Amino acid sequence: MIDVRLKRTYPGFELDVDLQVPGRGVTALFGDSGSGKTTCLRCIAGLERAEQGFVQINDEIWQDSANGIFVPPHKRALGYVFQEASLFPHLSVLANLEFGLKRIAKSQRRVDINQATELLGIGHLLERHPQHLSGGERQRVGIARALLTSPRLLLMDEPLAALDSRRKSEILPYLQRLHDELDIPLLYVSHAQDEVARLADHLVLLRDGKALASGPIGETLARLDLPLAMGDDAGVIIEGQVSAYDATYQLLSLQLPATEMNIRVTHAPMAVGQTLRCKVHARDISLALNNDAASSILNRLPVTVISEQAADNSAHVLIRLDAGGTPLLARITRFSRDQLSVHPGQRLWAQIKAVAVLA
Amino acid sequence: MSLTSADFAAIWLTLKLASLTTVILLVIGTPIALWLSRTSSWLRGPIGAIVALPLVLPPTVIGFYLLLALGPHGFLGQFTQWLGLGTLTFSFTGLVIGSVTYSMPFVVQPLQNAFSAIGTRPLEVAATLRANPWDTFFSVILPLARPGFITAAILGFAHTVGEFGVVLMIGGNIPDKTRVVSVQIYDHVEALEYAQAHWLSGAMLVFSFLVLLALYSSRKTRAGWS
Repeated sequence: MIDVRLKRTYPGFELDVDLQVPGRGVTALFGDSGSGKTTCLRCIAGLERAEQGFVQINDEIWQDSANGIFVPPHKRALGYVFQEASLFPHLSVLANLEFGLKRIAKSQRRVDINQATELLGIGHLLERHPQHLSGGERQRVGIARALLTSPRLLLMDEPLAALDSRRKSEILPYLQRLHDELDIPLLYVSHAQDEVARLADHLVLLRDGKALASGPIGETLARLDLPLAMGDDAGVIIEGQVSAYDATYQLLSLQLPATEMNIRVTHAPMAVGQTLRCKVHARDISLALNNDAASSILNRLPVTVISEQAADNSAHVLIRLDAGGTPLLARITRFSRDQLSVHPGQRLWAQIKAVAVLA
Repeated sequence: MSLTSADFAAIWLTLKLASLTTVILLVIGTPIALWLSRTSSWLRGPIGAIVALPLVLPPTVIGFYLLLALGPHGFLGQFTQWLGLGTLTFSFTGLVIGSVTYSMPFVVQPLQNAFSAIGTRPLEVAATLRANPWDTFFSVILPLARPGFITAAILGFAHTVGEFGVVLMIGGNIPDKTRVVSVQIYDHVEALEYAQAHWLSGAMLVFSFLVLLALYSSRKTRAGWS
């Protein structure tokens, strides 16, 4: 469990958060610039000192201002990845990696150089100097350097924001591997929904220095009462389990969590039982009164209408649906809503036009 | 006709004074520059101004005040007498104190600029990599500020070599103790020994040019690390 309560006041801005998030997996701190997410991360690291603060990472207390406890950052077992990789320019890549490694006791080391360089694919860069690396390579070295301190908590402050989209997609798979292979909780600050959708297990939504919501990613993204549901990007994350593979049509069947229902996506073969994360955009779901099999649409699911809310423009509405326990969002026109007389409790068929695989 | 033994004694004394002054200035100038580059205290302005005073004051003014302070009735003089050291005016030690004061801005300012250019980010990175503040100073700040240290050392040394007014005010003109090259040249000219003055002045000119040449050549490559 990560328990963070922070109050920090600047002229014209106040950070006031009270967060309890899981002590494992990836937690995204998501919000616009100026929402306080970076300040929050810096206070957790101790790079800034919240006037009133309590920071506990699993069984370690890093700050407890009520009892006068403030552990300086260099005594906190954390790894921090800054937006710009901030490698030491006077040191080679290897010396950068070893900087943190050699400052922790041998008995505390749980990640070694080989593991870290292999995990981030930087084995061939060790002799180089930071100014001879690309932005993406630098950031991978920065991540490996943080990992090598065997942190109890990894903090990343928009590590991809300074990179172009090609470099971003170069690094994302490495971050996913971290998530899958290392058991280090990660707090990930971002304002990019696609990164959050791919990586996060838990989502904290920040706005104006306050936490608007905190919860598992699937649930939180499907909440209609949050600004996340606004905009073109609204949708839900589904972490499905592979139930079958049809080699003839190259279709992977994914079982929705806690249901017997499956959705099918075109994908390379995967073993039964593995999980795959997908995003279903609200704009890609249409609703029908009955199951019309004579259609090119691959995925049709029986759903129950839960609630309705205004969408980002007055011509559309957002409908929250339940597919046997999995929440879905549909964005339909107000006209269609009236044609179908959509109302809570109604049973409908959701036609899913597209499923985006997030891997 | 060339340099006399008195000239060589003056050269030796000058080099000794400049080296010692440079070492002392690097040791005390570093924390001052570090503080000036990091602090947000209101004292930053006043301290910065005091450090920079020798840039604008005539050396005779600094020399005059130092003469009073170090003399038998000055607070430093009283202190050194209490320690049993006597007074430091017209001594090599007094000259070192004067030079340190006079050359201070030439060491502190390049260091301060170098520290400011590093910014806070590398220090934060070092902290998140478990380096304590001392460790960070030696393993991050010092190597990153290396060009600043080189500039500071060269300027501090060269400026001390070129000092005249302060020396004359508090050191006088005592062979092997306070008679540095600049004073020796003055003596030669006073005695109308122009040839001698030529030799020493020429040596100073060549020396100063070489120092500045080294400084400006090193600046060109400063940006690149490898």
